[in-house]
Amino acid sequence: MNVRVYVTPKKGILDPQGAAVERSLPNLGFTGVSGVQIGKIIDLTITADGLTAEAAHAQVDDMCRKLLANPIIEDYAFTVSEG
Amino acid sequence: MRSAPVRFGVVVFPGSNCDADSYHAVSTFPGASAQYLWHKDTDLKDVQAVILPGGFSYGDYLRCGAIARFSPIMQSVIDFAESGGLVMGICNGFQTLVEAGLLPGGLIRNTGLKFVCRYVNLRVETTDTPFTGACEKGELLRIVVKHNEGNYTVDADTLSSMKANDQIVLRYVDAAGEQAEGANPNGALDDIAGVCNEARNVFGMMPHPENSVEAGLAGGTDGRKLFQSIIDAVLRTAEVRS
Repeated sequence: MNVRVYVTPKKGILDPQGAAVERSLPNLGFTGVSGVQIGKIIDLTITADGLTAEAAHAQVDDMCRKLLANPIIEDYAFTVSEG
Repeated sequence: MRSAPVRFGVVVFPGSNCDADSYHAVSTFPGASAQYLWHKDTDLKDVQAVILPGGFSYGDYLRCGAIARFSPIMQSVIDFAESGGLVMGICNGFQTLVEAGLLPGGLIRNTGLKFVCRYVNLRVETTDTPFTGACEKGELLRIVVKHNEGNYTVDADTLSSMKANDQIVLRYVDAAGEQAEGANPNGALDDIAGVCNEARNVFGMMPHPENSVEAGLAGGTDGRKLFQSIIDAVLRTAEVRS
């Protein structure tokens, strides 16, 4: 199973990096841009005999809550695909 | 009769860089002794207070303190904290304590997006902790900060319960002791520099008291009161038990 995890600053918490980028875009002529947030992508592969997509989903959710994201300051989302 | 020295443990993670300073700071107190606790060990060596030092544990990979939080020694530190043991996290140690869930909130990138290294003025907001018992309420401490992710944040509900429980221990203020623009080095919510847990035995702060323990050196001595408070608290507990 191929997994892609998206970690972004939690909604409602100021993202200093995103704010800095947002302030610089108008200088390049890109106007009307808002809501810039900078996060990270984590790719990983899970290999296990008989692993169902559902079980992989549960496992990745657990990984996100325990380590890959910090739910106090970050939101996460992920996709699981066979491969 | 003089009591036996209070035993401090200083955790050493790969990437810790204030471990030796913390060890040295403790050693400047005749009433205290320090020993290192290696991250791969689980034995706390019968220490009476644990310091998680500053630095860049595990290279700050993923998030500051995120990997350190799962090291073998931290499982023992968590057990120690949950049974009432005194734990102080300084800078990266504070980040590790919030990652471990031992302290509320989180620490994100400084609003200025720069590593800050300068003196700050801290106001002691409560003396009702084992870490500030030797201070006066409202007292100012001049201590250095040196960090990139010291911007404390917490949700509004948790913040109000922290205020109600008197868990905000230190705030960044100006030289006159007032919260002010420019006094806060990192954008921390409500100028928060240090917090404790509800049980008051776990404390985290971004500034470095271990660099302010010796007269005649640039750092001054304002950090001494925090270490002295811990020593006093351990001795009081020992008296109650004996």
